[in-house]
Amino acid sequence: MVPIDHVIGLSALLFVIGLVGVMTRRNLIVMLMSIELMLNAVNLAFVGFNRLWPQGPSGVGEASLDGQIFVLTVISVAAAEVAVGLGIVISMFRNRDSVNIDDVSLLRW
Amino acid sequence: MSAPLFLFYVFAALAVVSALGMVLNVRNTVAAAMSLVVTMVSLAGIYVLLAAYLVAAIQIMVYGGAIVVLFLFVVMLLNLHSDEFLPARQRWLKFAGALLGVFLLVEGLRVLGGFHEPPPLPEGFGGYRQLGLSLYTDYLLIVEVISLLLTAAIVGALILAKREID
Repeated sequence: MVPIDHVIGLSALLFVIGLVGVMTRRNLIVMLMSIELMLNAVNLAFVGFNRLWPQGPSGVGEASLDGQIFVLTVISVAAAEVAVGLGIVISMFRNRDSVNIDDVSLLRW
Repeated sequence: MSAPLFLFYVFAALAVVSALGMVLNVRNTVAAAMSLVVTMVSLAGIYVLLAAYLVAAIQIMVYGGAIVVLFLFVVMLLNLHSDEFLPARQRWLKFAGALLGVFLLVEGLRVLGGFHEPPPLPEGFGGYRQLGLSLYTDYLLIVEVISLLLTAAIVGALILAKREID
């Protein structure tokens, strides 16, 4: 039996790795990959909590799959986000000939 | 140590090592994308151990298949095989990232040891039948909203990647 607290710890670790990637890398493609990693960490937490409390927080009634439905939703949103994000990357590369985010700092304060 | 527990630690170590390999790889973007595949597949293995069988299959199909292939496609289209840029001018941003990371990590590790044993599950939990029934009865609205979102994403990506809008 897999201990759920270790699953949540792994989820936190992966989220932190993705967060540090978003904050420190300058390559827009790698930043998008790090965002995917953070979304995956959240999915892992959803699946782990669904395994821990299959009947929801009240603990009564029959087992439901709410957490896994959430995971499917997050996966769909991530797919949409990657499609739009990579469209932005291609558009930016065409206009600036670079994927370095320091080259597109027009809206920064 | 039982077999599922051993497999969990193997998959967890694989996921963490390849995630670090993705974030810390500053020379080769293609190798970073391949590390992301390893992370996704190990997470799918952990999903199987947590009785989320359909989610594991979809994880491999959508993440390991579609999304990472899309990343690889764009990396190779833009010919970015070896690039890393100079460090950021804002040194404090890096510092803030590391600080926030350590803070969140400590918060996450505080939950260790705080949960009871997961309860036994009914037959068919996490399989395609139960998940599909739930998805198309109780959560039908979510399916419809996602279909709308995906349509909008397709149109948005087309408009963004188009050479010029006439």
